[in-house]
Amino acid sequence: MNWMLDYWRSSIGGKVTMAITGLLLFGFLVGHLAGNLLLLSGPEAMNEYAAFLKSKGALLWVVRCGLLAVFVLHVITGIRLARENRNARPIAYARPDTIQASLASRSMVFTGLSTLVFVVYHLLHFTVGVTNPEHFTMETSAGGHNVYGMVTASFSVVGIALAYVAFQVVLFFHLAHGVQSLAHTLGLHHERFTPMIKTASVGVAALITGGNIFLVLSVLLGIVEVQS
Amino acid sequence: MKVVLHIWRQSRPSTSQDFGQDGKMVRYELDDVSADMSFLEMLDILNERLTAKGEEPVAFDHDCREGICGTCSLMINGRPHGPERGTTACQLHMRSFQDGSEIWIEPWRAKSFPVLRDLVVDRGAFDRVVQAGAFISVNTGAAVDANAMPVPKADADKAFDAATCIGCGACVAACKNASAMLFAGAKVSHFLHLPQGQAERDRRVLNLVETMDKEGFGNCTNQYECEAACPKEIPVRVIADMNREYNRARIKS
Ligand code: HEM
Ligand code: FES
Repeated sequence: MNWMLDYWRSSIGGKVTMAITGLLLFGFLVGHLAGNLLLLSGPEAMNEYAAFLKSKGALLWVVRCGLLAVFVLHVITGIRLARENRNARPIAYARPDTIQASLASRSMVFTGLSTLVFVVYHLLHFTVGVTNPEHFTMETSAGGHNVYGMVTASFSVVGIALAYVAFQVVLFFHLAHGVQSLAHTLGLHHERFTPMIKTASVGVAALITGGNIFLVLSVLLGIVEVQS
Repeated sequence: MKVVLHIWRQSRPSTSQDFGQDGKMVRYELDDVSADMSFLEMLDILNERLTAKGEEPVAFDHDCREGICGTCSLMINGRPHGPERGTTACQLHMRSFQDGSEIWIEPWRAKSFPVLRDLVVDRGAFDRVVQAGAFISVNTGAAVDANAMPVPKADADKAFDAATCIGCGACVAACKNASAMLFAGAKVSHFLHLPQGQAERDRRVLNLVETMDKEGFGNCTNQYECEAACPKEIPVRVIADMNREYNRARIKS
């Protein structure tokens, strides 16, 4: 186990940890969006899907714990690297300039920490049911957990919907740099493919966060039916 | 032409205690600068004036003044070696600035490059990285025949791109994280693509990275400021090369 810690502590080991955990979290976002698109198929499809996940019992908990571990590792490593980077330049330039670093790449710590805040809120909102218990406790006609009702009731509240949209915009920036960055960290550099990866990085970031925003706005603008 | 200079003045080496309080930016005006002067000649003129007035001249590093030694090291308006791409400070000319410009001149800023005086920094950390593995071990004696070991042109080009590094430190100065990964990557990539580099391949990258980390440089976040600032335009490909090599060597060891 010592070699793992030793590797993690190195600069490149830390970067690779960010890249692999970032890739796994990105994979989760894809699955998360794919599942939530069922919102467009109506209450039965959405609630069936939710009940299906819940029915997995132990397996669901294994996946949740794994996801949490990956997330925590990403956050802890990110904070460690950011602190080392700050320490590496104790005196700032009196007149700084930037040649080609993108806005997204320069705000990874901010967009990352904002995402952390959002994830905590999101879990309190929909997984634990602390922030809007009146939506969380909604029931289906059969007496089960009414996920469709909870989601549509929440997103028809303008403040909640706008907060979700705003956080997705922030996440867009994190992913727009993150995906291309992880490719380079993992050693992928190619004259022909690297420019494509950079474009694809912005593209998939827009697809994921755009998809999430589309769902929220579909409810807010009444494109999908709201249960309340 | 007329220029207003803001130059970092510091009379003694930085101490770790009051880092940043050791010096300050000082304003100077020059109103008869020729557009054909090099940037360093402009500083020479300033120093002649200061000396004539009995003031301490501005200390700055320079040697070849022809863009090949890597000694000059000025942060000019927030860019290492100034506004021109692929150009060292000694090869920069005053025609790159407009008449009446304000020009800010600072030393490289990094914990691993402590300021010795004014614009001069100690780049010994780079020497220690080189000593850790940026070499090949060969027996001394007569030079080997140049064609004894065939190298494909494409590989030779990759190695040469990396070998053009002059060790000036612009990559560290430009990097938002004061990371030395373009420099260390250039050392790895320089030998990686040549048959002579294979024997010490694993040891080289492990020792280089370990030393680079110990010297207190930051970690790359793939922003590529280094590539844009490098006077030899070394591509960030060398960083991807180093990442792959490091992981390969780690798995093998
Ligand atoms: C949905 C959740 C998240 C996803 C999908 C995600 C994804 C990524 C990806 C793909 C990278 C690029 C890795 C690399 O540079 O090789 C990255 C970098 C980073 N992430 Fe996240 N991230 C998430 C949440 C967070 C959170 C909560 C933080 C809070 C600290 C954070 C902080 C960072 C930082 C500081 C970096 C920059 C590291 C570097 O560039 O070296 N991320 N993220
Ligand atoms: S003085 Fe030698 S490169 Fe500038």
